[in-house]
Amino acid sequence: MSILVDEKSRVIIQGITGREGMARAQLMKDYGTNVVAGVTPGRGGQNVYGIPVFDSVAAAWEKEGPVDISVIFIPAALVRNAALEAFAAGVKLLVIVPDRVPIYDVLDISRAAKEKGARFVGPNTLGLLSPGKAVLGMIGGRAQRAREWFRPGGLGVSSRSGGMTSAIAYYLTRAGFGQSTIIHVGGDAVVGLSHPEVMELFESDDETKAVAMFGEIGTTQEERVADLIKARKFTKPLIAFIGGKAAKSGTRFSHAGAIVEGSRGSYETKVQRLGEVGVHVVDTIFDIPKKAKDILG
Amino acid sequence: MARLYEYQSKTLLQEGGVRVPAGAVAFSAAEARAVAEKIGKPVVLKIQVWLTGRAGLGGIQFAATPQEAEDRAAKMIGMRVRNYVIDRILVEEKLAIKAEYFAGLVIDDAQKCPLLVFSAAGGTGVEEIARRHPGKIAAMPIDVGTGLSAFEARDLVRRAGLTGSVMIQLAEVLAKLYRVARAKDARSAEINPLVLTEDDLIYAADCHLVIDDYAVFRHPELGIEVAREFDRPPTELEKIAYKVEERDHRGTFYFFQMTDRIPAEGIFIGFHGAGGGGSMMSMDAVLNRGFKPANYCDTSGNPPASKVYRAAKIILSQPGIRGYFASGSGVASQEQYHSARGLVKAFLEEALSVPAVIRLGGNFEEEAIRILAAYCQNLPAKVEGYGRDDAPERCAARLEELIRENKAAAHEVRPIPEFRPAAGACAFDTLTGKIFIDHGLCPACRSKGCIEACAPKILKLEADRPVLAIAPEEAKKGKCTECLA
Repeated sequence: MSILVDEKSRVIIQGITGREGMARAQLMKDYGTNVVAGVTPGRGGQNVYGIPVFDSVAAAWEKEGPVDISVIFIPAALVRNAALEAFAAGVKLLVIVPDRVPIYDVLDISRAAKEKGARFVGPNTLGLLSPGKAVLGMIGGRAQRAREWFRPGGLGVSSRSGGMTSAIAYYLTRAGFGQSTIIHVGGDAVVGLSHPEVMELFESDDETKAVAMFGEIGTTQEERVADLIKARKFTKPLIAFIGGKAAKSGTRFSHAGAIVEGSRGSYETKVQRLGEVGVHVVDTIFDIPKKAKDILG
Repeated sequence: MARLYEYQSKTLLQEGGVRVPAGAVAFSAAEARAVAEKIGKPVVLKIQVWLTGRAGLGGIQFAATPQEAEDRAAKMIGMRVRNYVIDRILVEEKLAIKAEYFAGLVIDDAQKCPLLVFSAAGGTGVEEIARRHPGKIAAMPIDVGTGLSAFEARDLVRRAGLTGSVMIQLAEVLAKLYRVARAKDARSAEINPLVLTEDDLIYAADCHLVIDDYAVFRHPELGIEVAREFDRPPTELEKIAYKVEERDHRGTFYFFQMTDRIPAEGIFIGFHGAGGGGSMMSMDAVLNRGFKPANYCDTSGNPPASKVYRAAKIILSQPGIRGYFASGSGVASQEQYHSARGLVKAFLEEALSVPAVIRLGGNFEEEAIRILAAYCQNLPAKVEGYGRDDAPERCAARLEELIRENKAAAHEVRPIPEFRPAAGACAFDTLTGKIFIDHGLCPACRSKGCIEACAPKILKLEADRPVLAIAPEEAKKGKCTECLA
């Protein structure tokens, strides 16, 4: 098992004919993702690496059959419209890769998702990957690297940084621990699936035995994970590494999400809250595989 | 996030139908006097800064006459507040205040919607008031589809304990506040205090809007120069860095300075991260070593080599740094040799004399490390490349050793020599600049590595020299990836 995506999931790529869309279509296809179609308005009838391109999500659905997931690679200013289009066509999961999506657009997308009973990952995400099954987005960069770096196994990885998603999973692989699914929830202040929502998914996944999480200063995601554990809605072992320890309150980092608002969102509050509910909070990234060894043997 | 000054925020609120005190911004004492004369009543003068607690800093003063306003303004303009020189003040009518409230809009990341907060007690120390009197505070999530209805706004004010005509007036202001925030893509909008005057009118006495960086492009009317969150005006280098980012959207480049004057004591280093999380982790490693970062910089999201080069040049425009530390997450998806090439070009141009530790883990890191080693070997200072299996902590420790070996020598910024392309050099425009290939060197070159390294295959050999194989316009439009190979 894995969460959100496996080798059977039927995937489309919105913006498949763009620079990034094309490069990542190759990664996804080479890795084994079941990419059934691409969408670029005005480019219907073309194909990219053998993937048929359609003018709209609805047209792709009509010709190629039901779509489970859409991965979006289009300029930030047009993301809102593309997301609403996918929801309207009936897609239930989006992976929104671009960064710089205006925050009110994200709120609009979130509202539409709720209305349709759909979900989204991102924006500003590297995507997610279920080792040996499928990749959505750009994790690993190239299929061969993705196969080397990530192996199937029992660790879930959830991270607010794209690079750290790959780094944590790679160091786990190196220490002999494979992963069920690794996911970059996105670097922005408001994201579709945030850490607590991902933890609930890992909770109900049989293959996932423990989870490693990279958190950052800013937002309430890590505090809400602590709430979830306290409410016994997440019961698996959790290893957490929080970035921004040395950052002064008020220092801003490039993730718009890393905004310190009072004590809520600070490094100290996050570590304290997670510690109180029994999360293994580590000080360096290399302590994550060590801790995994302690827990899983 | 781009912060607006109080006077700019007030203009927007006023356009949205919220009553604000009569007044205007002044950049000189004479202007302040003119504004006071026009108002014709006692005025208040307020320094325009992105700081709270201005009154305690002497930044809010009262004047009964235009002459007094001029005298006070003369002292306020030019005053130093936390290393920042005041260049403008707001002059406005002094209100006769009967009661103070608070209204603020923030984006709630948990509920994924705007959250409107209202307090029946406002003014200085509103956080403390909220803690002591939770009954005076009420909050409400706003549905972005339907907006804030009048009945919802009234209910919010009522829940904070206010009734009658004040409740109705305040509710109207709240609805307008949300409309302005939404129309201007504000990530936060705060009126504090929101006041009731002796003549029973509601005024926004002070307010602050923060515009979403990502939506600034929709609002040219706001004239935001640098769409970044700063608690002070941007430095010259920060402005240059922002221009680089604005002109080239391939990958992201973020830069800010911890100090714009590096003191003699303390080991300051240039910091160059890659990726938000990796940068944060690397910054923690640097700070734990006792280094003082002169700046924070992040180039990520697959930027071209030219962008990394410009970032490095900006970092190296800080005299007094004693080392250069670059490190990201360690397992980057993008090809790492782009960054290596950008760094090499900058280091060679600067004839780098302070040590650099470069941790470039990820795809093709071996190639990146090879490039650094091959081209930096003749520099006065050591440049060492590391990969994904080297911890940031270890790399920071290594930089410390190298700085010690280098006797903690400080980096000197040299004037940029005027660039004179070699006669007959092949030249073409790219998205962000111009590429020159010195054909004089080609006869001695055996590898013709430029042809091989060119990923989009836009170069070809002609009489044993590389020339553009596509139309120059195409290279300019972005076909040339500015790989600097």
